[in-house]
Amino acid sequence: MSQSLDAYLVISGILFSIGTFGFLARRNAISMLMSIELMLNAVNLTIVAFGAFIPSLNGTASVIALLVMAVAAAEATVGLAIVMAIYRNRRTPLVDEYDSMRQ
Amino acid sequence: MAIPDTIPVLGISWSDVLFLVLAAVMLGSAFLVVTLRDIIRCGLAMIVAFGALAGIYVLLGAPLVAAAQVLVYIGAIAVLILFAVMLTQSKNAPVRLVFQAQALPAAVAAIVLAILIGVTASATDWGAVTKRIATATDALARLLFTSYVLPFEVVSVLLLMAVIGGIFLAKREGRDA
Repeated sequence: MSQSLDAYLVISGILFSIGTFGFLARRNAISMLMSIELMLNAVNLTIVAFGAFIPSLNGTASVIALLVMAVAAAEATVGLAIVMAIYRNRRTPLVDEYDSMRQ
Repeated sequence: MAIPDTIPVLGISWSDVLFLVLAAVMLGSAFLVVTLRDIIRCGLAMIVAFGALAGIYVLLGAPLVAAAQVLVYIGAIAVLILFAVMLTQSKNAPVRLVFQAQALPAAVAAIVLAILIGVTASATDWGAVTKRIATATDALARLLFTSYVLPFEVVSVLLLMAVIGGIFLAKREGRDA
C-alpha cells in the first residue's frame, strides 16, 4: 500500500477536501487561513508523491515542494497581518461580520 | 535479534503500517482542525497534522522536504497562527456558532470533491510509475542551486516583500492612532 502512488494521491485528495470544507464553512478568519494551509500541504504531498514514484521528476519535485513551502510562509505572514489589521478596525475575527461594503 | 520484514501475525509490511498510522493521524487531526470549537485546539491539531505529514515525507524518501516541513510549518507558520489567535480572540468574545450557514452544502461539496479526486487518481494511468525511490539530498541541492537558482532567488525576494508587507500592515494603526 505504501508502495503505490494511488494511496498517496487519495490521502492528499482527502486532505485537500477537508481544507476546502474548512475554508467554506468556518466563520473565523484564522480558521480559514488554517484550512488554506491544509490545502497547500495536500498539494505539496501530491508533488512529493509524484517525485518519489516517477524517476524523471525525482529531484525536481522536492525543489518545487520547497519553493511552495516558502511561498506558503509568505502567504501566511501577509494573510495574518491582514486579519490583524481588520481585527483592529472591526473588533471581531468572524468573517460574516465584515459586511460594511454591503450596507 | 533481527526484525522480520512483515508483522508476524498480520503479514503487513512495516512501511504499510507506518503509512496507515501516519495517514490516519494526519487526516484525523486535519478533520479536528476544521471541526473543533476552540480555535487554540484547532491550531494544536494543525501542528499534529503537519508533523504526521512530515513523517509521510520521510516515508516517501524526501528527508529534506520533511525537515523543511518541520522547520517552516511547525516552527514558523503554526507558531505565527497561534500568536495571531491569541491576539485576536478575547475570552469574552462570543464563541457562538463555529460554522457559517453554508456549512452543510460545503460538507457535501467537500465529500463530492474527495470522491472525484480519489476516483480520478486511481483510474488514471500515470505512465512511467516505478517503485518508490528516495531523493538524494546532494543531488537535490545541486539541482536547487543550478537549474532552479532563479526561482530560488525570486522566492527570497518574495519573502523579503512579505516581511515588509506584514510589518506595514500590522503596524499601520500606530501612526495615526
